[in-house]
Amino acid sequence: MEKKWNVKKIAGMRLFMPLVCLLVVLLVNVITTPGFFKISVNNGVLYGYIIDVVNRASELVVLAVGMTLVTAASGGQDISVGAVMTVAAALCCQILSGGAASATAFQNSFVLAIIVGLLGAAVCGAFNGFLVAKLNIQPMVATLILFTAGRGIAQLITKGQITYVRVGSYKVLGGYIGKCPIPTPIFAAVLVILIVYLILKKTTLGLYIESVGINSTASRLVGLNSTMIKFLTYVICGLLAGAAGLIASSRIYSADANNIGLNLEMDAILAVALGGNVLGGGKFSLMGSVIGAYTIQALTTTLYAMNVSADQLPVYKAIVVVIIVTLQSPVFKKALASLKSGHKARKTAAEGGNQ
Amino acid sequence: MKKLTNRRKINGSTYLLMITVLLFIVMYGAGMIVFASKGFAKPQMFLNLFVSNAGLLVIAMGQTIVMITAGIDISVGSVTALVCMVAANQMENHGTSAYMAVVIALAIGLAFGLVQGVLVAYLDIQPFIVTLAGLFFGRGMTSVVSTDMISIKNETFLKWANYKIYLPVGSYSKRGNFLPAYIYPTVVIALLVLVLIIIIMKYTKFGRSVYAIGGNEQSAMMMGLNVRKTKLKAYLLDGFLAGLGGFLFCLNSTAGFVEQAKGLEMDAISSAVIGGTLLSGGVGTPFGTLFGVLIKGTISSLITTQGTLSSWWVRITLSALLCFFIVLQSIFASVKKKK
Amino acid sequence: MENNIVLTMKDISKTFPGVKALQHVDFTLRKGEIHALMGENGAGKSTLIKVLTGVYDFESGEIHMEGTAGAFVNRSPQEAQNIGISTVYQEINLCPNLTVAENLFIGREPRKAGMIDWKTMNKKSAEILQGLNIEVPETQNLEECSIANQQMIAIARAVDMKCKVLILDEPTSSLDDEEVEKLFVLMRKLKNEGVGIIFVTHFLEQVYAVCDRITVLRNGELVGEYEVKELPRIMLVAKMMGKDFDDLADIKSAHGEKNYKNAETIVEAKELGRKGTIKPFNLKVRRGEVIGLSGLLGSGRSELVRAIYGADKPDTGAVEIKGKPAKINTPLDAMKRGMAYLPEDRKRDGIIQDLSVRENIILALQAKRGIFKPMSRKEMEEAADKYIDLLQIKTASCETPVKSLSGGNQQKVIIGRWLLTNPEYLILDEPTRGIDIGTKTEIQKLVLDLADQGMAVTFISSEIEEMLRTCSRMAILRDGRKVGELEGNELSQDGIMKAIAGGEE
Repeated sequence: MEKKWNVKKIAGMRLFMPLVCLLVVLLVNVITTPGFFKISVNNGVLYGYIIDVVNRASELVVLAVGMTLVTAASGGQDISVGAVMTVAAALCCQILSGGAASATAFQNSFVLAIIVGLLGAAVCGAFNGFLVAKLNIQPMVATLILFTAGRGIAQLITKGQITYVRVGSYKVLGGYIGKCPIPTPIFAAVLVILIVYLILKKTTLGLYIESVGINSTASRLVGLNSTMIKFLTYVICGLLAGAAGLIASSRIYSADANNIGLNLEMDAILAVALGGNVLGGGKFSLMGSVIGAYTIQALTTTLYAMNVSADQLPVYKAIVVVIIVTLQSPVFKKALASLKSGHKARKTAAEGGNQ
Repeated sequence: MKKLTNRRKINGSTYLLMITVLLFIVMYGAGMIVFASKGFAKPQMFLNLFVSNAGLLVIAMGQTIVMITAGIDISVGSVTALVCMVAANQMENHGTSAYMAVVIALAIGLAFGLVQGVLVAYLDIQPFIVTLAGLFFGRGMTSVVSTDMISIKNETFLKWANYKIYLPVGSYSKRGNFLPAYIYPTVVIALLVLVLIIIIMKYTKFGRSVYAIGGNEQSAMMMGLNVRKTKLKAYLLDGFLAGLGGFLFCLNSTAGFVEQAKGLEMDAISSAVIGGTLLSGGVGTPFGTLFGVLIKGTISSLITTQGTLSSWWVRITLSALLCFFIVLQSIFASVKKKK
Repeated sequence: MENNIVLTMKDISKTFPGVKALQHVDFTLRKGEIHALMGENGAGKSTLIKVLTGVYDFESGEIHMEGTAGAFVNRSPQEAQNIGISTVYQEINLCPNLTVAENLFIGREPRKAGMIDWKTMNKKSAEILQGLNIEVPETQNLEECSIANQQMIAIARAVDMKCKVLILDEPTSSLDDEEVEKLFVLMRKLKNEGVGIIFVTHFLEQVYAVCDRITVLRNGELVGEYEVKELPRIMLVAKMMGKDFDDLADIKSAHGEKNYKNAETIVEAKELGRKGTIKPFNLKVRRGEVIGLSGLLGSGRSELVRAIYGADKPDTGAVEIKGKPAKINTPLDAMKRGMAYLPEDRKRDGIIQDLSVRENIILALQAKRGIFKPMSRKEMEEAADKYIDLLQIKTASCETPVKSLSGGNQQKVIIGRWLLTNPEYLILDEPTRGIDIGTKTEIQKLVLDLADQGMAVTFISSEIEEMLRTCSRMAILRDGRKVGELEGNELSQDGIMKAIAGGEE
């Protein structure tokens, strides 16, 4: 029994910080928006600030999951995820519209379009993975390429226009399933989390990713294929970015290469950091990143409620990022530790003196 | 006694530079042939490369220096936008003189350089994350200043922006009149900065320390160089150049608006990499970066002259080139390791 | 100070938390002498150098140098440099992307009108290089030069800064014989100019080829200072291993006459070699046998086993498993063939720091089983508990991160990891380093039990008695090459030391 309690304690401690951050943000939300937690039902559909936050955070959650794996295994980040979203969306919409700028009926199979969209995203992930895992290029630099080119490629696919798919069933993914009052993206996000979680636990991938991220040399000597594992995380990240792109596209029933997923990669990195994950790789917490993603969305809502415009939002995010990485920096931790030990020494000296 | 031959072995980075210069000549030459009828062969076309990219050239210089220390700065685009917006706002809404606007621009750049430099050099935080925050901050602050576009009407400023400097070269119009080619003061400043940076990197202790740190930080420290201070200076210089380049950019656009210079940092980084700057640090020259900027400019010109291709092709081509050079660098590096 | 002495270190003591790195060590260096500083792991060689060059401070003792009045303390490598003590490290501390000339002058470039004067710098560099017979163009990038030349350029830089004491820390590890000779020529030249050279090395032959005196350290204490002419090789080996060469007190192998010639050969290495680390060797590993690899530090013991295991891919030769040729390209190939490898550097190559004890123990077995067959939580806990008990691993629970265990317990975790895979051939590289006496004996006993059950074992240790107690055959290595094997009657302490030391010249 003692063992189980220890396990709970450690797990609890890991999610402690992210949960605290979330609670703080929610608290501020409640203070600035008194009706924050109010949920009402209109036209058979749920409404409310809190519903909005959870709904809009869905793409970010999906991205954050992929980003977590990439960070854990390779110690770097994939900044192309926003652009990859547009590629997937572009592929899907183009196939559905049969090449036209707008369609009111599916010109091709829905399933085909989704598969191609996801496949395209996975290919992007593989491209990144090859550069990072095989050629040993710094992750952020390698993903810089698609970050720059991705949206352009999406534009080419949609022939420079915004392709609309004005079909009822296409809007389901970003809207509602039949009479269900809960927005579909929420389901999608939860589904993604579940699937990834199962993969990590039912195979040894989670363990391998952590092992490679912590000590790549020792992992190799124990028989792990570090290159393959890193490559895989990038493919998964690409695939998940594709899924997020499809959700985003479904919301606006179009593929807008300029705006889908704009700046979302930065939010995803922030979510991973807020989730208590070390940006330099190693042990990771999927739930931490998920909590981080919802926290950021809640933060965005708070700031909007405080009349901060969408354009000014980045300023606050910048400050938060700086604070988090400063706290994570080894130099800072060392300085803090020496301050603490100095304080403790003085304390014990004082206590000793009193005796 | 045996005389040592001074013949240097041509090393990997020289090869890369040669490829870059060759690429530029080929691209521009192809343009001259294919688009001769659209005026591509005229000297003005070549000079326009400098006119349109004066700001980028200056910014890319700063980026090169930071990259040689094995760092990176992705905030420069945002700094440029902020500088333009603040300068426009100050001149139009607060009546500040154009001269004061220059000072403000440089101050903003230096401020960014200082904060980012301290975080990278003294707190050992990854440059990417630090400058990512800088990017966020800059973009956000730009819209805090104003969400509307501000056109600059300040007389002195416009005088600087529109003052044509004529050159003895030119082309002939259909009627046979000689049309001299021209450049703007921004080009002169950019070229001056180029020369200055070349001198600094080659002939000053700071410049050589930057190379040493990029080559092997541990060794540099053991040889007595102050690694942290040098890194801070590198980011300060980079910030200063971002501010200056931003102002030159502003002279081109004569306006400040929120979406300005989006992606400029990628252009700067691409120019540096294509110009032979190694991402791993220690290698890179201002001269090479100049050609990187010229290549980027050529791509833009080619696509604009062609007329029918969307402007996204510029980004795509640039990324493809970036990818090509990154992979090339990686191949050279692994060949070196095997030796 | 005596006229020809350039440096004395007296009674130097330095402690780290829990470790007495140096205890009352003396060291004397004379002008124009090449002085070898030798010792096995944990002897204190590098600590002594770092104390001298200002990287570490020290608790007691004095350092005196000719030309400086009174005792002094260096507070940084820069200060040491200023007094005239220069160090050239094994990892060449120069900048590969700069030219030779620039590397020679970093931090002290000749100036003209405030700017760096390249012309003068190049000219002076050419002169320096010529003066030391280093045939490299001064305008060439350092990375284009061979390692040997880079080393000499590092020395040239030190010498040009007018050093009185030149410390060479393992300079020959990456050099081939020809390059070593060139280095020696340079060293003798400097010696003739009156520079005192401290030559830290573990290559026996080289010590006898070029040095005048030897100082031997062991476990942080001074064993003695000797003149090379007066110290036969066998005595040197004995002193380094902390033994007395005494026929009467000879310790014999506990294994007696057991003969394994008829046992099945599980692994055979044929002309297996890797350039720069281990020269091609042959080795037969039989079922039930415990083979020891003996030799001084740096003789190639770890490199030999790593070549067999596929940790460092060999470039010549082949491995046969049970008589059939086997392609071993990665550690997983070796593992699937029944091999297990406990690395020498447990921190770098062994433990996965942030993972738990349980995860560290099951990792190798899991890798063998594959990604789609994860062990259940119950299986993992049972396996972990089994070895925590068997090896008496002191840990709060099997979930504790392995980095919070003591070094000895970490070692036990890794031993448990490999035992769990039920190998046919177990390679143990320094398995008892940093472990208490009681556990050391347990591990030795464990090795014997495993051998009795039919496992083949290779055992590497710096402690001869340990190996004599467990091994039935010994392969002897010296200076990166396998020089022989001993078994049966030949297995005695003196026999081993003689084999390591090699012939007198």
